[in-house]
Amino acid sequence: MADNGYIYAVARIRSQELHLLNAQFLESLVSSGSEEAALKMLAEKGWGSEGQNAEEILTGEEQKIWDLIGELVKDLSVFDVFRYENDYHNLKAAIKEACTAGTHPGIYMKGGTIDPSLLETAMAERSFEDIPQEMRAPAEEAMDVLLKTRDGQLCDCIIDRAALTEIRKAGKASKSDLLGLYGELVCATGDIKTAVRGSRTGKDKSFLLEALAPCSTLDVTRLAEAASDSSEALNAYIAATSYSDALDELKKSLSAFECWCDNLLIEKIRPQLHNSFGLDPLAAFILARRMEIKSVRIILTGLRNDMPGNVIRERVRETYV
Amino acid sequence: MENLGVFFALAGAVCSALMSGIGSAIGVGKAGQAAAGVVTDDPSKFSKVLILQLLPGTQGIYGLLIAFITLTQIGVMGGSSDISFAKGLLYFAACMPMAWVGLFSAVQQANAAISSISLVNKKPDQFGKSMIFPAMVETYAILALLVSILSIFGIASLNI
Repeated sequence: MADNGYIYAVARIRSQELHLLNAQFLESLVSSGSEEAALKMLAEKGWGSEGQNAEEILTGEEQKIWDLIGELVKDLSVFDVFRYENDYHNLKAAIKEACTAGTHPGIYMKGGTIDPSLLETAMAERSFEDIPQEMRAPAEEAMDVLLKTRDGQLCDCIIDRAALTEIRKAGKASKSDLLGLYGELVCATGDIKTAVRGSRTGKDKSFLLEALAPCSTLDVTRLAEAASDSSEALNAYIAATSYSDALDELKKSLSAFECWCDNLLIEKIRPQLHNSFGLDPLAAFILARRMEIKSVRIILTGLRNDMPGNVIRERVRETYV
Repeated sequence: MENLGVFFALAGAVCSALMSGIGSAIGVGKAGQAAAGVVTDDPSKFSKVLILQLLPGTQGIYGLLIAFITLTQIGVMGGSSDISFAKGLLYFAACMPMAWVGLFSAVQQANAAISSISLVNKKPDQFGKSMIFPAMVETYAILALLVSILSIFGIASLNI
């Protein structure tokens, strides 16, 4: 859509950005000392209502994002790129549920583009034609693998690869620079995580080639070769890519790398704070809200488990404002 | 051929009002969308964003002014409308700066006004500075207005 289509929406978002949590507030949450104190501070910012527990508050905040965006944008499909992750998570859950006895309540996530019950029924009845075309082949393959080999990891890899491919494709198709960048970053960092895990667990090249999704900023064949060779070869390959800055974090842990990826995303979307036109400021706001919810979840979990402040701080993501 | 002079002069006057008016309508409309977005969440900023919304509206007024002066000069609003073909073309040309600059400057001023509305939304105390950015675009609309006015009055004294 032309830039003119989002002028009102961007102006509303500019107002909402004033309510985003900043680094100083997150630091106060970490320093609050207890989950109760942190929840009280969040309540003062309008997060949740009385009687709600932490998870209900965070789920409510996620719902608020989509309620607002739904109010501002007539066709929410432009943001499907953010919702495919939940769809593929639900597909994975539906396949595993269909291959195991009984039902498992609470395994499905809200906020996808497809009703989880549709996936649940389709997988239970093996009616692959009832799910979107892009999902059929990976769903069929993953279910086949799970039934024949009981290899849950390979099943996950097949679905994750399909999810990354779909997210990247949707980002490219959106004609939005930011959504395109988001799709590419999610896909590339997902591939790096898979390669690192594969390297640590001694997976061979053919497994890794099955698991890695193609993207523009990485050569997946070389990544699979390096990961199946040794961790030194993998580090050497990553050092030669545009993700070389992540190497230090990767050496620490995968969660440190995930934190780096999220911070990179925030850094890339920050220029949208000064853009008054088009879809990108809205996409940046969605990402910023999701990231602050993630940070708050990390802080609350840390406080609940009496983790030291410096350990929590290491995991808290950068803020958009 | 005799009447073509007044035809071209009238066409120039119409273009001036029409194109500047279109530019202003687009500009005020776009800035209005941004202003409405701000007021939805904070009605106290209404007066500030209203001023910014109105800035792209001036081109339409300038266009109307040029059209009015031209119509007066060529006798459409009374007096003699005996305009030679050459003079008619000159009037047409004289109206063009206001017509074209009015159209484009209004649209561009609206873009600057929208960004300024975002600025006021986040930092209301910076309202004064935020006015300057779209106002700079106004300079070129005023220059075009001056050229058109001087040309129209100059043509009247030409003996062609």
